[in-house]
Amino acid sequence: MAVLVIADHDNATLKDNTHKVVTAALAISGDVDVLVAGTNTAALGADAAKISGVRKVLTAESAELGQGIAEAVGDLVVGLMGGYDAVLIPATSQGKSFSPRIAAKLDVAQISEVIEVVSADTFVRPIYAGNALETVQSADAKKVLTVRPTAFKAAATDGSAKVEAAAAPGAQAKVHFIDQQIVKSARPDLGAAKIVVSGGRAMGSAEEFQKVIEPLADKLGAAVGASRAAVDAGYAPNDYQVGQTGKVVAPELYIAIGISGAIQHLAGMKDSKIIVAINKDGDAPIFQVADFGLVADYKTAVPELMSSLTAAGV
Amino acid sequence: MKVLVPVKRVIDYNVKARVKADQTGVDLANVKMSMNPFCEIAVEEAVRLKEKGVATEVVAVSIGPAQAQETLRTSLAMGADRAILIQTDQDLEPLAVAKVLRAIIAEENPDLVLMGKQAIDGDNNATGQMLSTLLDWPQATFASELTIEGGKAKVTREVDGGLQTLEVNLPAVVTADLRLNEPRYASLPNIMKAKKKPLDVKELASLGVDTAPRLKVIKVTEPAKRSAGIKVEAAADIVSNLKTSGVF
Repeated sequence: MAVLVIADHDNATLKDNTHKVVTAALAISGDVDVLVAGTNTAALGADAAKISGVRKVLTAESAELGQGIAEAVGDLVVGLMGGYDAVLIPATSQGKSFSPRIAAKLDVAQISEVIEVVSADTFVRPIYAGNALETVQSADAKKVLTVRPTAFKAAATDGSAKVEAAAAPGAQAKVHFIDQQIVKSARPDLGAAKIVVSGGRAMGSAEEFQKVIEPLADKLGAAVGASRAAVDAGYAPNDYQVGQTGKVVAPELYIAIGISGAIQHLAGMKDSKIIVAINKDGDAPIFQVADFGLVADYKTAVPELMSSLTAAGV
Repeated sequence: MKVLVPVKRVIDYNVKARVKADQTGVDLANVKMSMNPFCEIAVEEAVRLKEKGVATEVVAVSIGPAQAQETLRTSLAMGADRAILIQTDQDLEPLAVAKVLRAIIAEENPDLVLMGKQAIDGDNNATGQMLSTLLDWPQATFASELTIEGGKAKVTREVDGGLQTLEVNLPAVVTADLRLNEPRYASLPNIMKAKKKPLDVKELASLGVDTAPRLKVIKVTEPAKRSAGIKVEAAADIVSNLKTSGVF
């Protein structure tokens, strides 16, 4: 059986999520193809061809695919599914937007946010904000999966697959792209960062959030995250949100500052390798998952942490 | 303009789900249930459209047990005009929910379906997109801003790394993200008024929709527990511990 993986990219660079989903796909089948849909697909396709274990790379180029119009991506993939038994899609906002369209067109279930491939038809996925893990077996002829990239190791890049062009679908009549505001940041991507520094409601204002969290993140070369409470209060933009309804991260090091640790935040970061928490409430639930906890006011603790890092040569 | 808002009764947002000892699912006996938070945001947005004079009627729909009537009453108390319960004790998968909604939509002919981006029990994030596909209506997922003008919906969406704005022709399916609005609390007079608003109950079987599950749940288990580490005395101790752990 052959499996198709949909590449994650921003029309400029191929994201690591692609390599991780290829690993999940290789657990299902040895015949794994990657589809790169968007613009700049010649360069992106060449990069995807280097992913180890990939049989073939398909590229499809159009403005609408580049804009991530879900109807366009969905139509494209449905048209290719004759040759595949399963399609694996990174569980990014973009992937989650078009993936159910493929499942609905094929009249099959979607298996969302897969974290483990048990066999070609059996998968593990988190439910109830990660408070439970569900093992499901699919009876459908074709499988449509979204895959949580943080649950899989990235495939290596010593491959040399062939690249073929696929026809892009025609223009969508009912959807029109107006514009896009993508925040340009020198910091690493939250989902892929090795270190994440997150701030919570204790920050009290957007200015304080920027003054406290961002310099620490920059010192560590880390991505910036936030709790839902901090996002709701307007201290941080929504795409910083770590949690069940935001981004799920699993970095080497997660530093939570002024975050109490609500269930839904823990669901988004509890798989981090090492968790550090600074909070002045010693009973905060975040300390139940933290490897190293410091009960202190962040106002004094963060400057101390910064100078200790400097002293340690970080 | 008529707006249809599907709502789901789920475990309350603040309750921690506990896995049953026999691994067949999550224990929902004697657990507080509420409207799914993203559905609440969708109801709020629909009611605001009505208050602005953009929408003329807001219809809330739920598929679930008899107790889902409470969830529908909450929608009515927030400002929906009437409600429909498709009653079943079966737990439907997103594809089946989308098919049931398609059947309701064929009768109701709304101009806009506004719904939550995902339910916090199954966490599938699929029903809205599936419904849009089945209806061949355009979709706009993860909305953080919505304006209706000239037969079109302009939707600002939460995408990877920022925001995107799309314009979709009506009728359309729009799914709500967290920042779309902050849902109101229903006032006591509105809760009283909601008791008198129409709420139709139909049996799921009467719709003749195939809702057979496609997935077999083998087991439901608890995730590996993370144990608490140590509390340190000073910020410098964090750095030394991280050094020992090999992070730096």
